[in-house]
Amino acid sequence: MDRFPILKLGEYLLVTIQFDMHDRLAIALQDDLAEKIVAARAKGVLIDISALDIVDSFIGRMLAQVAAMSRVLDAETVVVGMRPAVAITLVELGLSLPGVRTALNVERGMELLREHIEARRRR
Amino acid sequence: MTTSVVDERQVRTPDDVVLVRQAVRQRAVDLGFNLVDQTKLVTAASELARNLVQHAGGGVVRIESITDAPRRGLRLVFEDQGPGIDDIALAMRDGYSTAGGLGLGLSGAKRLSNDFQIDSAPGQGTRITIARWR
Amino acid sequence: MLSEILKAHDTAILQRWVEAQTTGNGFRPDRMSAAELRESATEFMTALRRASESGTGDIHAASWQEVRDVLNSLSAQRAEQGFSPSETAMFVLSLKEPIFQQLRESGGLVPAKLADAIWETSTVLDKLGLYTTEVHQRSRDSIILRQQEEMMELSTPVVTLWDGVLALPLIGTLDSARTQVVMESLLQRIVETGASIAIIDITGVPTVDTLTAQHLLKTVAAARLMGGECIISGIRPQIAQTIVHLGVDLGSVMTKATLADAFAVALDRMGMAVRKAKRRDGRDAREG
Repeated sequence: MDRFPILKLGEYLLVTIQFDMHDRLAIALQDDLAEKIVAARAKGVLIDISALDIVDSFIGRMLAQVAAMSRVLDAETVVVGMRPAVAITLVELGLSLPGVRTALNVERGMELLREHIEARRRR
Repeated sequence: MTTSVVDERQVRTPDDVVLVRQAVRQRAVDLGFNLVDQTKLVTAASELARNLVQHAGGGVVRIESITDAPRRGLRLVFEDQGPGIDDIALAMRDGYSTAGGLGLGLSGAKRLSNDFQIDSAPGQGTRITIARWR
Repeated sequence: MLSEILKAHDTAILQRWVEAQTTGNGFRPDRMSAAELRESATEFMTALRRASESGTGDIHAASWQEVRDVLNSLSAQRAEQGFSPSETAMFVLSLKEPIFQQLRESGGLVPAKLADAIWETSTVLDKLGLYTTEVHQRSRDSIILRQQEEMMELSTPVVTLWDGVLALPLIGTLDSARTQVVMESLLQRIVETGASIAIIDITGVPTVDTLTAQHLLKTVAAARLMGGECIISGIRPQIAQTIVHLGVDLGSVMTKATLADAFAVALDRMGMAVRKAKRRDGRDAREG
């Protein structure tokens, strides 16, 4: 059973990261998500990190990988809920999460996903 | 400068990294660091602890409360008997990494700390010391 | 020795001690009542008696933890109440006299033993008095720090201009510490209100140095990482020059001359516009 419940919200998937991220779990997350994106034919993925009190380069890398992987599977990723202290530290650390879109919360994240998916449909 | 309350831990597995983060967080809280400073300390500790696991085959971390009257601080020492670093300047450069990924471990930890010191040579292991003052 | 005298004559010593303090020059009935004093004194003496039974005079040993705890809260309290470090230390040091008196009165002590007992008492209480001063100092420092932070926060309130638009009008000179506090509270408000856009207005800031400029930029970067956007407005000509001279790269941060301009951009971004209202008869609302 996955440690991260992955919820289906219409065309989107919502993953809430709740525990202090163990390395094995990070890899498990990527695998689970890939499967679910395909199974649910999801167009967007929301990763809620509001419970994370730190984001280091390993977790940052993982988030970037999830975004890249989702894109290959034709889904957009938005990371939501980053805490101010985490954001300030990441700026200091020099980590910029390339290719990862962010939003303040799940609601805003879904708006962002809708806009992007609309934009892509129009092409 | 005085050192007190030394907590020494083995770091061999990814689970140990999580424990180190928690221990550092607790000590930082006890010493009265504000939230942002706590986060910087824990993040730097996470980077260096992961390095121990991924590049050195494990090692030891010492969490020390330090006093240099009137200021108080937290010092973390990461020591291993791994391969040692050949070119420290290169390793400290942003973006450098031997195992792929974003490679910000050493330089990042330095940026997040007030004090940073590294002692390493091929075949002689590595010792990295970081400290943050209140 | 100390422990014995404290155990055998605790009531008498306590009585004398409290009396000496309440009738002495240092007593401040406006800040602390006699009853409160008595309570603190009793608490301290009880802890002291227990600790002195442990056999060590090292006040930093584990067996003296209770005494340290009592003094920690006492000093912190006194600091809050406005007592000076000396006044607080006197609380401890003034216990010497009643104990010495008791030692003399108890009689039956060979001069050498008496001298030992007095020395032991004196040493312990001196150490505890000094300890109190240290704790008091630290409390005062943290109180001052807390007050400074509160003042900083009060002096730079974050304003909600519109649903989803925050403004932070900065006034006065920005030093490094203040800027950090202010920026952190802005980011916190962004999270709390879910604001899409935060306008940092520096019209009221006469000069900006490199460190402050860097803090501003870091704040904007952090907001962006979180999923919010910042606009910097109110950049005076002098500040614009300083920024260029300092070689600070504003990068992709949007800047506007006035808060009003920034507000217009914010509304536009959110897909809103301001238009003149019409009265029911079709004429402009402002006409006569």
